[in-house]
Amino acid sequence: MPRPGFVLDVDRSTPPILFWRGENYSLEKLPAGRSRVIYAPEPLPAIEDVDGAIRHALLNPIEQDPLPALLFPGMKLTIAFDDVSLPLPKMQRPDIRQRIIEAVLDLAAEAGVDDVHIISALALHRRMTEAELRHAVGDRVYDAFAPRGTLYQHDAEDPDNLTYLGATPQGEEVEINKRAAESDLLVYVNINLVAMDGGWKSTATGLASYRSLRHHHNPDTMIHSRSFMDQHRSELHKSNWRMGKILIDSGVKVFQIETTLNTDTFPQPFNFLAKREWEWTPRDRMTFIASSAALKRTPRRLARNIFHSIEAPHQMTSVQAGEVEAVHKITTENVYKQQLVEVKGQTDILTMGIPYISPYNVHSILNPILVMCLGLGYYFNMYRGMPLVREGGVIIMTHPTPPDFHPVHHPSYIDFFEQVLADTTDPHVMSQKWEKQYAEDEWYRHLYRTTYAYHGVHPFYMWYWGSHALKHCGRIIMVGGDPKTVRRLGFVPASTMDDALEIASDVVGRTPTITHIHTPPLMVADVS
Amino acid sequence: MFKRDDAPWKPSGLKRAGVVGDLVEKITRPIARRASRRGFPFLPPTTPRSVEVPEAKSTLGADYDTDWARRPLAVGVRKALVNGPVRLVVKGIASPQINGVDRLQDLARMKDPPAVIFTPNHHSHLDTAVMATAVPNPWRSKLVVAAAADYFFDKRWKAAMAALSLNAIPIDRELTGRKSADMIRELIEDGWSLVIYPEGGRSPDGWGQEFKGGAAYLSIRTKAPVVPVFIDGTGALFGKGMKRPRAGTTRVSFGHALVAEENDNTRRFAQRIEDAVTTLADESLTDFWTARQRAARKESPKLSGPEYTGWRREWALSDKRTLGDVGLRRRQRRRWPDLGN
Repeated sequence: MPRPGFVLDVDRSTPPILFWRGENYSLEKLPAGRSRVIYAPEPLPAIEDVDGAIRHALLNPIEQDPLPALLFPGMKLTIAFDDVSLPLPKMQRPDIRQRIIEAVLDLAAEAGVDDVHIISALALHRRMTEAELRHAVGDRVYDAFAPRGTLYQHDAEDPDNLTYLGATPQGEEVEINKRAAESDLLVYVNINLVAMDGGWKSTATGLASYRSLRHHHNPDTMIHSRSFMDQHRSELHKSNWRMGKILIDSGVKVFQIETTLNTDTFPQPFNFLAKREWEWTPRDRMTFIASSAALKRTPRRLARNIFHSIEAPHQMTSVQAGEVEAVHKITTENVYKQQLVEVKGQTDILTMGIPYISPYNVHSILNPILVMCLGLGYYFNMYRGMPLVREGGVIIMTHPTPPDFHPVHHPSYIDFFEQVLADTTDPHVMSQKWEKQYAEDEWYRHLYRTTYAYHGVHPFYMWYWGSHALKHCGRIIMVGGDPKTVRRLGFVPASTMDDALEIASDVVGRTPTITHIHTPPLMVADVS
Repeated sequence: MFKRDDAPWKPSGLKRAGVVGDLVEKITRPIARRASRRGFPFLPPTTPRSVEVPEAKSTLGADYDTDWARRPLAVGVRKALVNGPVRLVVKGIASPQINGVDRLQDLARMKDPPAVIFTPNHHSHLDTAVMATAVPNPWRSKLVVAAAADYFFDKRWKAAMAALSLNAIPIDRELTGRKSADMIRELIEDGWSLVIYPEGGRSPDGWGQEFKGGAAYLSIRTKAPVVPVFIDGTGALFGKGMKRPRAGTTRVSFGHALVAEENDNTRRFAQRIEDAVTTLADESLTDFWTARQRAARKESPKLSGPEYTGWRREWALSDKRTLGDVGLRRRQRRRWPDLGN
């Protein structure tokens, strides 16, 4: 029986705690008596008969007819699936999307459906490479559909393949992929790694255009999403749900398939990274010592390649299909079952180790803007109720923050860093002054459509993602980061954790309470 | 050997091996002939008609005892053989591309992966060597191969070679013997996975044969899942009747594991296994989606080939013989450029 997550009160006998530092990690001693560490629940047991569970979900959907009843000869069937940003790290083969798509295709073949398109719902993310597509949908599906041109990636800048469906009462325009909108049935294959994923966000975001996305990917929406992991208190989700209604009213028929994974994140020999430090075996300790020393001497590029080659032993814990909202309700409960940890009260200082990976740098570089997004956008928002850190408190992150950018994947990030952040770090100001220019830049548009580049506006969205944390916190400190880069982000550099605590004392006093979130694996703090 | 630089062809390695074989035969044949002329004691004695010799208990064929081949020493030797020379030869001659291993991941990840029965189609002696290297772990290290008792176990040296190198066990093709079935059942229960060719033997003409019920029967009796396997291309490299192998490419496709359902008898389950291998074959020739569509419409091309007989059947096979399904599929991909009107 897996143990639930728990909050450890640090005392003098507590061993140093693991902090991620990009492509490396370190052990840090937290002050006894006023520090606590939040540990994620252990991975839930996986479903043994995965294919059986998928077939059962398709034949017994929630608040919708069984999938075979929705399939008929001569129909247009579109299968959309989550892109390379999920799951993290990529899961060991076979990917869960492959299993589901194959099961859907089996039923479609039995029903005599010929016209099937498979679309990667990547919104403004970069195109997936052939290897990434093969990993996600499997070689069999790829070889059957890609050569025919019926497996492809959504293009949010292709006016010929977008359909405007209308606007919500709040004036939010809804424009999605034309093929998806005009299909007799849109089957969406989702992976819910965190509670934020799934629901109407799958279709209304994944298959949408910039014209549509800008209505919820903006500083106002982000600041009022408290948090992204709590759908009922998230403006981002409310906007997507309103757009979902427009989809229904326009006659788009969606059959949503959502899955949840357990938090089995690292395979041997890296599985110690998810363990509680006092439970490390001699082998774990040796692995830590050897790997952290070796990584210190390893060129960053090589270290990055090593880490990005890790495939997580994630296993599926649930699969449900049917009507979008009904399905998502159950999915969210299942995510919470895996990730929720009860935490009492807020803290003065929230510490977090920033790892090598975020949804936007798979097989790529976690550049400074993505470091900010991962820390302030994701980790800060891993709460339900109220933020872990009190208003006016301090966030301390550990990451080397080199000014490295992937020139193919993140071209607009480079200009954003040099031009926009040199001008302002205020999300509202940059949104009014700079966003349009980047969003409509023809070169970025060309790179997004024809290469493996994120959309020109993407770095803005990453910055907006941290809007709430920027407004909420009194100071952000980066331990071990490149000072010049850290200052460009508007944060304060510190060389050690002790220095960072000293710097923080200006804001939170000499004896602040400290909370560390021990991730990955992922967790959501239920703060009361 | 005399070699001319301007010769229009140069002998390949395999052809050279053939020439050496012929040479060895040339030397040994006169010796054998001389021994046969001289008779006893160069040959075994004849028995006087008046003497009744008690029938010696057969230790060959289906009665050959292969227990020794599953002892640690033999397992170690076999591991070295399979991962060394056998793998090299398979790679050199058949260069197999392996697909569908992901379909077995659920079984492989189990804490105690069950023994399974692999049921490939059978076109060539290469099939067994290919299977010995293609079967994924954890089953590869504990694999036995059902081999024809009358072919592989008729001579002591052949039996020993088959048992040691491939962990072959003798199966009587003529009789559905309880002995073979009981031995296999015990092995499966002991955790050994089995490769058995449901067609009963290599294809005589290049097309597949009807599946027999042995694999289905064993699966029903032992509850071991059956993994359908389609091997493509080995028939073209070293099919029945070919004197020497030739090098080329092959493909091994593993399917989802099948278990007998409640209402399955041996015949029905054998048919399901054959259908699964047929769909894998179609997938190998076309693609996953086309194969699924044709399977749903019950239009998958049969392993046993077209219904018609005579030269047309042979004719339909000619491309398959030379290219294999892999080659046919590659050829299908050719697209003529669109030159407009």
